[in-house]
Amino acid sequence: MRKPFWIGVGIGSFVAFALFPVLNLVVPPSSAFHLSAFWVTLAGKIMCYAIVALALDLVWGYAGILSLGHGLFFALGGYCMGMYLMRQIGREGQYQADLPDFMVFLDWKELPWQWWGSEHFLWAMLLVVLVPGLLAFVFGYFAFRSRVKGVYFSIITQALTFAAMLLFFRNATGFGGNNGFTDFKRILGFSITAPETRMALFVLTALILLATLLLARWLVASKFGRVLAAIRDAEPRVMFCGYNTVHYKVAIFTLSAVLCGIAGALYVPQVGIINPSEMSPANSIEMAIWVAVGGRGTLLGAILGAGLVNGAKSFFTVAFPEYWLFFLGAIFIAVTLFLPRGVLGLVQRK
Amino acid sequence: MRSGSKGAAVVAALFTFLSFSAAALDRAAVERLASDDNDEKIAAIAALVAEGDPKAADVLKQAAEGEIEIDGKKVEIVVNNRVRGRIAEALSLLKLLSEDKNERLSAAKALAGGADASMLPLVLKAKEKETEPDIKAMLEMTAAGMQIRSEDKATRLAAIRTLGESANPGARALLTEAAADPDADIRAEAQRSLSGVQARLVWGEWLGLAFAGVSLGSILLLAALGLAITYGLMGVINMAHGELIMIGAYTTYVVQNFFKGTGVFDYYLVAAVPASFLVAALVGMALERSVIRWLYGRPLETLLATWGISLVLIQAVRTIFGAQNVQVENPAFMSGGIQVLSNVVLPWSRIWIVVFAAGVLAAMWALLSRTRLGLYIRGVTQNRDMAACVGVPTARIDTWAFGLGSGIAGLAGCALSQLGNVGPDLGQGYIVDSFLVVVFGGVGQLAGTVYAALTLGFANKLLESWSGAVLAKIALLVFIIIFIQRRPQGLFALKGRAVEA
Repeated sequence: MRKPFWIGVGIGSFVAFALFPVLNLVVPPSSAFHLSAFWVTLAGKIMCYAIVALALDLVWGYAGILSLGHGLFFALGGYCMGMYLMRQIGREGQYQADLPDFMVFLDWKELPWQWWGSEHFLWAMLLVVLVPGLLAFVFGYFAFRSRVKGVYFSIITQALTFAAMLLFFRNATGFGGNNGFTDFKRILGFSITAPETRMALFVLTALILLATLLLARWLVASKFGRVLAAIRDAEPRVMFCGYNTVHYKVAIFTLSAVLCGIAGALYVPQVGIINPSEMSPANSIEMAIWVAVGGRGTLLGAILGAGLVNGAKSFFTVAFPEYWLFFLGAIFIAVTLFLPRGVLGLVQRK
Repeated sequence: MRSGSKGAAVVAALFTFLSFSAAALDRAAVERLASDDNDEKIAAIAALVAEGDPKAADVLKQAAEGEIEIDGKKVEIVVNNRVRGRIAEALSLLKLLSEDKNERLSAAKALAGGADASMLPLVLKAKEKETEPDIKAMLEMTAAGMQIRSEDKATRLAAIRTLGESANPGARALLTEAAADPDADIRAEAQRSLSGVQARLVWGEWLGLAFAGVSLGSILLLAALGLAITYGLMGVINMAHGELIMIGAYTTYVVQNFFKGTGVFDYYLVAAVPASFLVAALVGMALERSVIRWLYGRPLETLLATWGISLVLIQAVRTIFGAQNVQVENPAFMSGGIQVLSNVVLPWSRIWIVVFAAGVLAAMWALLSRTRLGLYIRGVTQNRDMAACVGVPTARIDTWAFGLGSGIAGLAGCALSQLGNVGPDLGQGYIVDSFLVVVFGGVGQLAGTVYAALTLGFANKLLESWSGAVLAKIALLVFIIIFIQRRPQGLFALKGRAVEA
């Protein structure tokens, strides 16, 4: 068990920190071994999803709480980053105004209050952590305190992300309505389309993924993680042993939301767009299937699942767009019926 | 007989010919109609109308086509859109003088929306001649609406007083305008009349709101009733419920296509309602047998698997029918509406859906409480092992119950197809709503589902009238989230042992 984990981490690190940068930046574009920007972006995107899958695995696989609202935390992190990126455009937008284009379009004269401080990178980073974290803390505290669990919790998190999506679709909310944020130009003064910037974001994402993985591994092996697993398996007994399970659940839910927010913040500059459809309930359910495919309750499994499902998605939506939903639907059914322990469950002995 | 009717036709033709010559009409006005200036033409139209001669209608009809006859000579008239619009208005006004009561009534109704001031003399004339009290009252309002802008102060005050008797939104708009008049007397009088109109209108507005609430509530109820069986009674989280609704709607579409072009199109719903129930029920039973059966007792897995099913169903429909929305036509008895008050029109389609929802509810109640299948379903729900012991085939009952829930979803789809577009994504919009209705009402309770659907329908419409549709929806979602935290068992909780099951 221990050896395959480090082998997996080693292979992943080698690919992310050596193979990708060299093939993309050092090997000349004319060479057959050159890796185009498309692949870097795709791999970067999937790594962001892998962070989300890890975060979701912590709450679902280890604490037994299935959240169907993690897309919301992901999107909130993305929006916080997006605000900063919108301000970085400066006067290079279509209307050459100080305000972001969509505000000029709506005939707004000044920035709304939500945008206060959005020109500072550090403030944006703070928001990326604070907004999803606070929302998850408040929501989780009230939900877990009143012992909402199981399917009920799944449904109300779904309602939460649905409500947020409707809210963000409104122009008056101040985040660009339907279109969200796009057309970014710079990040920290560097051009966002330059290969070096892309690679820097890619490597940063890989680093954070690695850090998340190590953090999660340390966490689940610690006493905290063991209590979580105990809550998943028999919550009443844990309570009778004198643990306040609400604290544990709120803590892991909040941590998970923060990780999702960070993933969203990494995702937006690489993909170049954020809009409210990221909050649609369908997206959040898809996140659950990443974890289920890889094998919930295993950390590498979550990463593997995110990679497999999204790799398949990229392949299908280009090659056979009309069959992607059939395939995805079939995965949902097949994994729950035949692979309750995921792909890793196939190779691992019980 | 035959020759007689021929003779009548000849006489009629002669009459038409005579009236075409416009001999009895105001010569000057008819000549001005042929002038080059559009303003002249419009003045001429007004003059012709004011005269109120039935023959004026024929001249105007000809004028609209671009040619009139003066003394047997044909004169060409250039008619632009403005003039044509005026002619149309004049023609409808002239109907006020028609012999037919219904024609007069519809003309008066059309006028109630307001008319050009130049038509006033005719309206007054029609009012004098009118014998039907309903139409007379209507014309009086219309005349007052015109007179309120008159030059003469006494006329205006009288008009304001008359308008104060009415209860329609148009009168309110006119009075609001008058209430800001520079003349103090007019202002005071208008204020007084306005408050009277307001008081009368408020009733209509509340009634309209209440009906919208009932209507939305019955739609929610239809969408959630099936779920109340599959989730509420059986405990299966069926995320494909929305897609079963969609299948019902598409079945209606297919049945409608069969009936198109036949003489009995208006009756296609007679076939579509059972067809949508059967198709959705069969799909549901197939799902239960193939997938859901293996996941009983594992709600989170059921949720994911049924979500997968919903994706497959959406894509299957998209592949068969295309990604575009399809159009389901209403039968004739569903179109139009009844006017209850001057500012409330209840569309027939909505009324029928309320009736339909009530019918489905009654049928389901009867099925669950009065039939053997219902008895078995309730037995299996309350205590599966005990039911099995006394010989209830529990596995088969699960399939039937799931089919019943799915079939009701199909009925909901049939109803929804009458209200809006039918597309592959139709069901996605209802899944969150219907789960919330069931959860809000309390799991395992039909009565709870009914109350929850109506409450949410009313609350949604009420909030909508204050804050707009999107904010209302968000407020409602947040309310339910908070509600579930305070009272996870829903509005109506089961008592006793079933709670723990």
